[in-house]
Amino acid sequence: MKALVYVTLKKTVLDPQGATIARALNGMGHPEIASVRQGKYFEIELAEGTTKEQAAANLDKIAADVLSNPVIEEYKVEIAG
Amino acid sequence: MKFGVVVFPGSNCDHDAWYAASHNIGHQAEYLWHSDTDLRGSDCVILPGGFSYGDYLRCGAISKFSPIMAAVKKFAAEGGLVMGICNGFQILTECGLLPGALVRNRGLKFICKPVRLQVGTTNSPFTSAITPGSELTIPIAHGEGCYIADDRTLDELEAEDRIAFRYLDNPNGSLRDIAGVLNKERNVMGMMPHPERATEPLMGSSDGLGVFHSLVSAFATHK
Repeated sequence: MKALVYVTLKKTVLDPQGATIARALNGMGHPEIASVRQGKYFEIELAEGTTKEQAAANLDKIAADVLSNPVIEEYKVEIAG
Repeated sequence: MKFGVVVFPGSNCDHDAWYAASHNIGHQAEYLWHSDTDLRGSDCVILPGGFSYGDYLRCGAISKFSPIMAAVKKFAAEGGLVMGICNGFQILTECGLLPGALVRNRGLKFICKPVRLQVGTTNSPFTSAITPGSELTIPIAHGEGCYIADDRTLDELEAEDRIAFRYLDNPNGSLRDIAGVLNKERNVMGMMPHPERATEPLMGSSDGLGVFHSLVSAFATHK
């Protein structure tokens, strides 16, 4: 079983890296790119025998306490079959 | 007075802080290893600059779980003096001892240069020996030094006179020009500029001495 955790900057936090990527894409001839927000993606392999419920509860805590900083970031946890 | 300088894997200003406290201020200074749990009788703990744990995940994010930080948190809760410089400031915000967060500089570049600061308050153990309103020149060296917090927190910091230092020529986009902040109890301070790198004329500035002299006099008064 695998868990996927997405960590993104809160909408209210400026993302100068994303803004630079968007500008570069516009400069490369992609006027359709209106904006880019950069984030982090974690692929977490779960040990055999872990139940989905166990994993969900623990990963929510892990994402909140470790993988993201609640002052600036939000997270989303997905548990893939 | 005894300064304890925490050494994390990847700290690189630990010696600078130790040198400033021992050679330039003339007080005792000792290194504290990140996996220790004892502050060895330190009267002031310094979390130095650098790239603890390689800045992996986020700056300061892994350090907050190191054994020494549990002791530092307990020490701070009991009123002990804790100063975080640069990466040390990032660790203090990550572990919740100080509000806000430090994110990538607005201009994306790592900036290493002396900057002009204004002391925001002299009502603290870290700034009491500095002349109110005075301008200091102290170097910065960081890629993630842009201080951010929500408006409510920023208003609270201002209302409670907890902004220790402000940039005069904001180099990194920090909100309200904030370069250093205090906790509510005023015994924990974090700042991005490096006062330890401005403690003798050879370094180009001695303006950082004020921070160390403030700590020494705060300790002498409270002893």
